Amino acid sequence: MADYEIPKLTGEGYTEVPAVKEDTMKGSGPFIAKADFQKAMGFPTDFAAVGELVPNWKERALEKMADLKGRYRSLQVYLDICVKCGACTDKCHYFIGTSDPKNMPVARQDLLRKVYRRYFTFAGKYFPKLVGAVDLTEDVIKDWYNYYHQCSQCRRCSVFCPYGIDTAEISMAAREILDHVGYGSKYNNEIIGKVFKIGNNLGLPGMALADTLEGLEEDVEADTGIAVRYPLDLEGAEILLVTPSADFFAEPHIDGLIGYGKVFHETGVTWTFSSHASEAANFGMFVGSYENMRRVSLRVREAAIKLKVKRIVFGECGHAWRVAYSFLNTLAGPFDFLDQRYPIPQHILEYTWGELQKGTLKIDKTENDDKVLTFHDSCNVARGSRMGDYPGGQFDIPRNVIKAVCNHFVDMPADTIHDATFCCGGGGGLLTDDLMELRVKGIQPRAEALRHVSLHNGVTHMAAICAICKSQFTKVLPYYGFTMDQIVSVHQLVSNAIILQRQESVIPPRPKDDDEDEDDDA
Amino acid sequence: MALEVGGKSIALDEEGYLENLSDWTPEVAEALANAEDVTLTSEHWEILNFLREYYEEYQIAPAVRVLTKAVGKRLGADKGNSKYLYSLFPYGPGKQACKYAGLPKPTGCV
Repeated sequence: MADYEIPKLTGEGYTEVPAVKEDTMKGSGPFIAKADFQKAMGFPTDFAAVGELVPNWKERALEKMADLKGRYRSLQVYLDICVKCGACTDKCHYFIGTSDPKNMPVARQDLLRKVYRRYFTFAGKYFPKLVGAVDLTEDVIKDWYNYYHQCSQCRRCSVFCPYGIDTAEISMAAREILDHVGYGSKYNNEIIGKVFKIGNNLGLPGMALADTLEGLEEDVEADTGIAVRYPLDLEGAEILLVTPSADFFAEPHIDGLIGYGKVFHETGVTWTFSSHASEAANFGMFVGSYENMRRVSLRVREAAIKLKVKRIVFGECGHAWRVAYSFLNTLAGPFDFLDQRYPIPQHILEYTWGELQKGTLKIDKTENDDKVLTFHDSCNVARGSRMGDYPGGQFDIPRNVIKAVCNHFVDMPADTIHDATFCCGGGGGLLTDDLMELRVKGIQPRAEALRHVSLHNGVTHMAAICAICKSQFTKVLPYYGFTMDQIVSVHQLVSNAIILQRQESVIPPRPKDDDEDEDDDA
Repeated sequence: MALEVGGKSIALDEEGYLENLSDWTPEVAEALANAEDVTLTSEHWEILNFLREYYEEYQIAPAVRVLTKAVGKRLGADKGNSKYLYSLFPYGPGKQACKYAGLPKPTGCV
């Protein structure tokens, strides 16, 4: 199956800190983006061929570094204040899984830090050897490209850093610099281009989206006898639901999406998807590009205005929720045209938990009795945002919802959940087949924790609230002997347990003829 | 990358998908599959043909659910599930089947 060693699980629930093995993950990194992809994002395209640097790359890289440290005070502080205490060294899932010392967070930061010191600090300019400062060379750039694409920006290391240094911000800055010298990652940049051109990461055009939703309505009606609506571009709806396009496409994501619709149906609220903002994900964050992150975010604002909605709700997507919760108002606000009585924006789990507390939903928990559940905290939700109105709500609310619809729930070991959660191994723009070895090795700590509760508590399924986590788990956990159907969406569990009481949707039925005019947003 | 089919060189991208979708022919599909040690049977072709029809209409590969449903309708309920599709395309019906059918690779969080 693979020409590298797949880590062994012990079932103990924790992973031993591996002995360092230098250069195990040395390589050329993921595929590099061609000029077309860079152009769509406003990045330089004057490199002669894929894999070559732009002219004057050294000056341009340093210029970008100066620009970024000026824009983000945090970046300069992080580069300055590390005291090499070592607290972060064994906290990264990629280091644990690969043993490559450059995957220790401090070493990953140092790849950039040593160049920063050389050109921007007094000591580094005059006594480089004394402070570990190095010249920016082509080899350094290549090392950046390789190892900054072995960081999923999950921020687990920052939880353990006594100074709170956030490696994710350093890795985002490094990718932004690389994008400006001709070294963009194909996976991320092709996808962002598709969002601008077609409206979502998948490249799912409006017509296909409409067809998929119509098919879902048929399925749900066949299943429940009730015509639950999954509307697209419904002007005047109360809620705009923005969800990752994987929810329309992949398994088990789509089962979660069915759940969102059932909850909205049952609570009697009008809602809609938008073909213009048919994607919650914002890969602009992964590549550290403020401009692209803003452009992606503005689509949500435009869709909300165009459809005259009162509220914006986000579906199950990890980093989308970080961008939405932490940055949306700055990037695309002010949202003074929305109903101020509700959180702006709101997470679908906050919505569902609110309704469960109110007692609006009729639930039969025995529908999930064939499963013993555990829950994987997605890093961007756990460490980059919050839910509800108190600290830690992002840990409780998903579990509250699961426990409200399932009889059997067990948490994984304490140092692998909540704000100490381990990344799925595919986040931060690394969910690509050309990084499969990294993804297989990086999932080890999470797989170990899951194996532990499988053996000791009979856990059969793991629920997740992020499209990337779900895809990574279904694809990579089988390398460790799990099966893909052990991964479920939280709203899939809600969907299983909900007993629909409302016989008719508050949204008018879909017109019978097939020739609806769906606009194919360009 | 390139693939030799019937004396013609077909350009592939880094991941082995067709650079130009118009280069696709049934022989190209066979060659793409052979390169991964897969021999296309009539069962494979039923799926590939459906993918091409769907792409023709919607400019995207069908969602896994749409695919399983359509396969179930056409070929019988016992085949309308992802287990059956994975038995034919172990690397995932979405990605592997799309490659042989000459469709672009589905991108994003999938």
